[in-house]
Amino acid sequence: MSDARTALDEQDAPAPVAVPASTVTAVPDGPAGPATAVDVRGVSKVFTTKAGTVTALDDVHLRIAAGEFVSLIGPSGCGKSTLLRLVADLDEPSSGEIEVFGRSPRVAREAQDYGIAFQQAGLLPWRTVAANVELPLELHGVGRRERAARAADLLALVGLTDFARHFPHQLSGGMQQRVAIARSLAERPSLLLMDEPFGALDEMTRERMQTELVRLCAETGAAVVFVTHSIPEAVFLSQRVVVMSPRPGRITQVVPVDLARTAERTDDLREDAAFFAAVTAVREALHGGTPATARGVDVR
Amino acid sequence: MSSAPAPAGAVRSSARRAARSAGWAAAAVVLLVVLWEVVKAVVPDTGWHVGEASVLPRTDDVAMPHVWDVVTRLGQPETSAAGAPTVLGAMLQAGWFTLRVAAAGWVLGVVGGGLAAVLMARWRVAESALLPWVVLSQTVPLVALAPLVVGWGGRIEIGAFAWQKWMSVALIASYLAFFPVAVGMLKGLQSPTTAQVELFRAQAASWGRTLVSLRLPASVPYLLPALRLAAATAVVGAIVAEVSTGTRGGVGRLVIAYAQAASGDPAKPWAAILAAAVLGLVAAGLVTLLGLGLGRYRHAEVS
Repeated sequence: MSDARTALDEQDAPAPVAVPASTVTAVPDGPAGPATAVDVRGVSKVFTTKAGTVTALDDVHLRIAAGEFVSLIGPSGCGKSTLLRLVADLDEPSSGEIEVFGRSPRVAREAQDYGIAFQQAGLLPWRTVAANVELPLELHGVGRRERAARAADLLALVGLTDFARHFPHQLSGGMQQRVAIARSLAERPSLLLMDEPFGALDEMTRERMQTELVRLCAETGAAVVFVTHSIPEAVFLSQRVVVMSPRPGRITQVVPVDLARTAERTDDLREDAAFFAAVTAVREALHGGTPATARGVDVR
Repeated sequence: MSSAPAPAGAVRSSARRAARSAGWAAAAVVLLVVLWEVVKAVVPDTGWHVGEASVLPRTDDVAMPHVWDVVTRLGQPETSAAGAPTVLGAMLQAGWFTLRVAAAGWVLGVVGGGLAAVLMARWRVAESALLPWVVLSQTVPLVALAPLVVGWGGRIEIGAFAWQKWMSVALIASYLAFFPVAVGMLKGLQSPTTAQVELFRAQAASWGRTLVSLRLPASVPYLLPALRLAAATAVVGAIVAEVSTGTRGGVGRLVIAYAQAASGDPAKPWAAILAAAVLGLVAAGLVTLLGLGLGRYRHAEVS
């Protein structure tokens, strides 16, 4: 990792090596870290609908280290959102085990181990921006003064200090999403779960938000599981990109993104050869074998 | 941009809205008066007939008194008996009586409807068990129900508490007010988006906490029109219940008594109808005032 900077400076930076799927299931570990944030072992999820059963996830193994930024990417229906929801305990796996910081997802949810942000900001329209950020703290009985101080800090972090007393409908989509992200950070979680949080934003806002998220994660040191449709987004943000395929939802490859340390990633990186090489590697992993399954992937 | 007095702005704009709708309401009244007098002037006294069928009713002074006759009648004594109050005075007194009974019925209906809505929102089983009955309940005519309520109520006597006749009237009024509140509030309680509900779940918020911090505030835009409708139906319920239980002192009694005077004193029954209509408007208007302080809960969801 330490020499990533030099690799960046060279024009002929080596393309990241995609790990074959077979290796992934055998050795699911990420970069060996001292602590594991999320450990997914042999997890399957089957939904029963009127039309029959749908296997959303099939025997998925994934380990995410503390402080690591991992993106889940794949076409619609590959189960990436489902996997995130299982980790968040918004759904239960049909089989297999998930641990979040060594505890069951339910215990982790009740202990507020994670913060979460969805594609829709989901702000409460009757609360001011500051009150929306305070919501998780209020739900857990944090005192008024402490809440206000924390909300002020978080709004400064996402650059919305001047809008603390505004209402959500007075804000643009990007600003609303920043409020939602500030809210997800309210409890100082060591794990952030994000389900296409920038999916509804325009391209320019999106890139600015990505740069901001990289900075935020560096400041908070939280591990992030980030679901996205966009290859450049996944590459820009992550240390590892987990490529999934649908029917049944499986992890096909894990692509390590050997760029600068995530904290040092800036907009310049988007025009870097190493960045393009990583984008190509992820794209090939997505299209690998059966290109038809990669339909629906956003290749922006 | 640093200060955003949005709640105050919302109150101001809803006050402006209220003033504008009051203006339109006044214009509608004027239009109605003009229409009334035009029909009276144009259509012959015997009405319009096509062959044997009557197309427009009689327009003589007994069937359709002039508007100014009705207004004049308001200022004259109710009966020829010495010391009788004016029609307007009698209307105000009866209106005050009925308004209080209707208010009691409204409160009862709102509490009952609210509780039913919360139960139905909490348990899907309760929804599928209760909702059909809530809808079905409104098909039972009030007139059929009134004697039953009076009959049951008459037997209640606990210590110093004895069932009063006005309580039967209030109970029947609540029966009508209950319906819009139960249905409207249920819809409101179920209105939060999946993202909002899952956010609360992710925060490990209890159902009760989610109710107070998410579902109740989200139900306000649905609840306010329901409360207004409930106020109007409570007044109608109270008047009909007064008539069918034979309760004295309210607008219901006024309607019956004045209707009996129709042939000799044609303006009188219209005064009673006017009283009933104004009472409904006053009740709905009072409830509208409730909404003025709730501006911030009335924004449509934007995100």
